[in-house]
Amino acid sequence: MTTILDTTTGQPATGTTPPGVRRPRIRLRAEPGRSRHSTRTKALVISGLVLFTVYSLAPVWWLIVAATKSRGELYTSNGLWFTDINLWNNLKDLFTYQDGIFLRWMGNTLFYGVVGTAGMTLVCVACGYGLAMYEFRGRGFLMGCIIGSFLVPGALLTIPSFLLFTDLGMVDTATAMIVPSFFNAFSVYLAKVYAEGAIPPELLEAARIDGAGEYRIFFQIGARLMSTGAATIFLLGFVGMWNSFFGPLVFLRSSEKWTVMLGLYSWLKVKTDSSVDLVSLVVVGSIISLIPMVILMLSMQRYWRTGVTLGSLK
Amino acid sequence: MALKGASFTVPFFLGFALFTVTPMVMALKQSLYKAQSSGLGFGGKTIQFVGLDNFVQGLQDIRFWSAMGRVALFAAIAIPLIQLASVGLALLLDAASQRLADRFRLLLLVPFMIPGIVAILIWIYLYSPVVGPLTPFFRLFGIEADFYSGSMIWISIGNLMAWSSIGFNMLIVYAALRAVPPEIYDSARIDGASEWRIAWSIKVPLVRRSLVLTSVLSIIGTLQIFSDPMLFRSMTPETVTRDFTPIMAIYDWAFSQGEFNYAAALSIILALVVGTASALFYRLTNKAPTS
Repeated sequence: MTTILDTTTGQPATGTTPPGVRRPRIRLRAEPGRSRHSTRTKALVISGLVLFTVYSLAPVWWLIVAATKSRGELYTSNGLWFTDINLWNNLKDLFTYQDGIFLRWMGNTLFYGVVGTAGMTLVCVACGYGLAMYEFRGRGFLMGCIIGSFLVPGALLTIPSFLLFTDLGMVDTATAMIVPSFFNAFSVYLAKVYAEGAIPPELLEAARIDGAGEYRIFFQIGARLMSTGAATIFLLGFVGMWNSFFGPLVFLRSSEKWTVMLGLYSWLKVKTDSSVDLVSLVVVGSIISLIPMVILMLSMQRYWRTGVTLGSLK
Repeated sequence: MALKGASFTVPFFLGFALFTVTPMVMALKQSLYKAQSSGLGFGGKTIQFVGLDNFVQGLQDIRFWSAMGRVALFAAIAIPLIQLASVGLALLLDAASQRLADRFRLLLLVPFMIPGIVAILIWIYLYSPVVGPLTPFFRLFGIEADFYSGSMIWISIGNLMAWSSIGFNMLIVYAALRAVPPEIYDSARIDGASEWRIAWSIKVPLVRRSLVLTSVLSIIGTLQIFSDPMLFRSMTPETVTRDFTPIMAIYDWAFSQGEFNYAAALSIILALVVGTASALFYRLTNKAPTS
């Protein structure tokens, strides 16, 4: 079982080795590890991974290349490599088309996303905290409601929500996008799980003995200890809102209130306008609509990993 | 103190009551009524209580059920394939060294960072015979592929779904694999198990819980598939009809035909089907003997 020229590195349990510290490449004795394979298996593993990576990245690569092409070349040249770079003109077309409505859509989506998700985070973190830290009558019932609502398909709610919003005069308003998004059962669930792990009850007890009120304890202790969980909830919520399609399609009517995804869809449907080829606008618009997502995801990588593990605990 | 504790949950549950419970109750109520044009078809509509008529009509609605069948068949084929690919990918990643795995993992997650609509747009253009590179690529091998045709459309959508979801599913399975203490593998090796055997007999059973989770989520999502066919419809309205999937049919009944009551009844039927399918799957997979 000892392979002297084993080139694979051992796998320390996550967190035991600081990043950047390399394991010695040659070991006389195999230590407990996950990966010790023959060169053939290793080559197989790597080529498999490379293949999957090409599959994952190629479409995005096509999008990036296509965004730089002029309208004519989009149809005639090889889609996987650059011809002359026409990105600047494409961007100018995108931002000036119909008096810059694309910028308006981006602004709308950002506004709905930030306000909606910030409110959601506050409401849901408070609720999760309450459910995790206090014993009160009806708590079991409320938890049941939350878990039960996971099973309700979104499809069931959309049509009656539309009728409800009509009664409330909310159809085709920003309110229809923002306020309902405050109340996300899954976020409450995440917040509760997170609060249970992050807040030691003794700490709250100590604060109470010192005479702090319950609300003050929440804002000064609970909310702070939950900030990582809250960031995760915010991130997942924001991504969800940025990507949402069915809701905006049903609840928003006039184009100046649309989200960017709805706008791109409308351009896809129209295809060609008398003066502009909308295909290249959709391509460039898609890239621009990705940028906030990519920035957010990369800068908050740590948090969405937490979200994935929290979510899979279910 | 308990009262104050409970007060933290008040804002959420007020909103929950208004925006989740109320629509649910409304859906139930609406599904029992029918709007009927009065007399000659002029003037306002009158709302009448019709009992379970909408449900009876819904259960016999051939176009709705053929949409359901179409999607169910698709789910039954696509979800296992996607799960298989995700597990395979997670096993590959787990077999690579930590350094390598970290680098690949980020790249493999790129599709997950692409918003769903943009992913659909990208693939719609890739499939397009006009601008996409895929049609000329297949022509090189002498294959005339029309990705928008009736026979190919589900393969096209399935590939798109695989592309956007494998990364995320892989992440969950990989996280579960990482949680396994490495000593287990060492003792298996000492007992003479091959790497393949270890992968199949130890790793796969250990990640079954995560697989069940991602499968249930996929089933719920796939039966309600909407935006993918809706966007494809704008390219090939002949192939992707307006009631191609259950949700598209519901959307069509509500917003093109104005039959909100019937649409509400169909929503409830769909919800019951989705719930039953997920519960059944959960039961079946949890009954199978562990490892």
